[in-house]
Amino acid sequence: MPDPTETVAIAAPEKPVVSRYFLRFTLAQRYLHAVLFTTFLVLAATGLMMRFSGSIWAIRFARAVGGFGAILFFHKFCALVLTLAFLIHVREIFARGLFKHEKGIFWGPTSMVGNWKDVKDLLGHFRWFLGLGPKPRFERYAYWEKFDYWAVFWGMVVIGFSGYAMWFAPFFAHFLPGWALNAVLVIHSEEGLLAILFIFSIHFVNTHLRPDSFPMDMVIFTGRESEEEFKNRRPKEYERMLIEGKAAARITDAPPRWLINFSRVVGFTAILIGLTLLVLALSAYFVG
Amino acid sequence: MKTSSSFSLTLFTSVLLLAAPAQPLHADVDCLSCHGDPTMQDANGKSIGVDPAKFHSSIHGTLKCNDCHKDIHDYPHPDHPAPVQCESCHTDEAAGLAGSVHAKVNDHPCTSCHGNAHVIVTKTDPQSPVYPLNIPKTCGSCHGDPAMAKKYHLPNVYALFIDSIHGFALGKEGLLVAANCTSCHGSHKILSHTDPRSSTYRTNISATCGTCHVGINAQYQAGVHGKAVAAGNPSAPVCTDCHTAHGIIEPTSSDFRMQSTPICGSCHRDKFNTYRDTFHSQLGLLGGYVETARCWDCHGAHDVLPASDPRSPIAPANLVTTCGRCHAGANASFVQYQPHANARNRRLNPALYYIRLFMNLLLASVLTFFLLHTVLWLIRSNFARKGGAANGGKHA
Repeated sequence: MPDPTETVAIAAPEKPVVSRYFLRFTLAQRYLHAVLFTTFLVLAATGLMMRFSGSIWAIRFARAVGGFGAILFFHKFCALVLTLAFLIHVREIFARGLFKHEKGIFWGPTSMVGNWKDVKDLLGHFRWFLGLGPKPRFERYAYWEKFDYWAVFWGMVVIGFSGYAMWFAPFFAHFLPGWALNAVLVIHSEEGLLAILFIFSIHFVNTHLRPDSFPMDMVIFTGRESEEEFKNRRPKEYERMLIEGKAAARITDAPPRWLINFSRVVGFTAILIGLTLLVLALSAYFVG
Repeated sequence: MKTSSSFSLTLFTSVLLLAAPAQPLHADVDCLSCHGDPTMQDANGKSIGVDPAKFHSSIHGTLKCNDCHKDIHDYPHPDHPAPVQCESCHTDEAAGLAGSVHAKVNDHPCTSCHGNAHVIVTKTDPQSPVYPLNIPKTCGSCHGDPAMAKKYHLPNVYALFIDSIHGFALGKEGLLVAANCTSCHGSHKILSHTDPRSSTYRTNISATCGTCHVGINAQYQAGVHGKAVAAGNPSAPVCTDCHTAHGIIEPTSSDFRMQSTPICGSCHRDKFNTYRDTFHSQLGLLGGYVETARCWDCHGAHDVLPASDPRSPIAPANLVTTCGRCHAGANASFVQYQPHANARNRRLNPALYYIRLFMNLLLASVLTFFLLHTVLWLIRSNFARKGGAANGGKHA
């Protein structure tokens, strides 16, 4: 069997740029991502200002938008919106997986849950990095994408819980010991910083800024990707789709021009804000 | 016309009494016949005129001219009469002034504060430059001058005072009991704040402020700071350390809430550092949100007492009340929160220390792993692209 990576590599330049398009993300999933990154940017910006409240930029920016009261208001407002989006997502997962008995939610190749193939893909990917083996043939969600998902999932629970524990401290004190009220700030702050550093460096590069996607992977905005891109990125899923005969069901039209332009504006804005926050966070962390 | 008749009269009297000692001149008829012209000037252009009406209504109006101008007995009088010695009557004031920072009489003649002696009125008269409401302006004519402040290495206190709570009460509200310059510094016997006898010397300040703020002073004397000062601790704070001396602002104002914590922190450094780790501080620093707990919201302001004192607001039995002032519904578990917890100190806060350690290890390991992963990926992708392995379409 020929190495599929090689096949694509040779075939790709000869193919027309515009070809068939397949749906990767539903409209609901794209909206979820939009709500997630919008609220996350605001939460990150306002959160960093609180964490590094002694830095000049935090004080200047906070005063410019109406002081701490405004900062805290935006932080809490976005926290509520994000919590709501998270609960809707969890409800949908359980509704589809448990009540509608939809296949592939909790296990299988389309699931977000990790499996043995992810471990093999991770090791295989490292071998490929070092030129010791072929590029792994990824399924619908690659291991780093699953990590992103679960990092956000875990982060939602940890940051969310610790955040609400601070917001409603006297109420949470009915169940938590006093020292836990000290702990939640440390947890919230450190986990938030981890999320910010991870998203604005690792996620940005892995998903958008690495050479294969540079400057931005638009699939999360348009929901569609070309057949070549699909085949190249996730050959295993592509192959399975053909075998299962589901290609026709996933074919969609090319993304309209306005959607691509709109996505570019939104996407680049988000990346620019994120990278700015990354620089500010790192400078405040190391310089003080 | 009038002048010549006065001269005739004087001449006549002198002749009549022959060698008898010169008679006291009578202000009205004698001196004022010349000096009664308020525009009269000497050779140097200095005003030597006296307005008869104002002089008579002044507090010196019943005096004769040579009660003060003692070397003038007759006319013609010397071209350069001796300077008037106010202390010949105002003995106590002169004695005070002699030992004060204003002792050099040439620089600070009585008139520099009290104004022209010929129109001088009592200090209870609103026209007086030493009427309480006018004092800041009077002192400020020198102490509000930046050049003067620079010359004597003094702070330019006038502007600070005018904007202060005392300055506002005096200047804007006309509150006579509000502190003016002399309330704290005295009037004639003003001493440097470095002089132990001075009312503004460090250990005397609480008594000075306490002349008006009796209740607060009693609280202060009962608290740890007042006791420490009384016991001779030179670094314990007095009123002005927290409130400043001249630019005192309303203690409940946002600005004071914003500036007060670092003042406490300038002595209580370790407590300040741990406070800055907490939400209370983070909220405050960003401005516009001043309600969060500052040192004295929990510890009290003047009657600061240690937690071991049952009267202290931070005594364990009082914490639910103290925290509950802001945190409605605070219970016994809630007040176990440590407002000065130190997550970097394993001995004092072990649970917090290990939680922070875990979070930091998590952060470091995740970022390190993925940084390595991403860097290797970037390098490999670069090689793959050079080798012609394209992506097969993009961005849609």
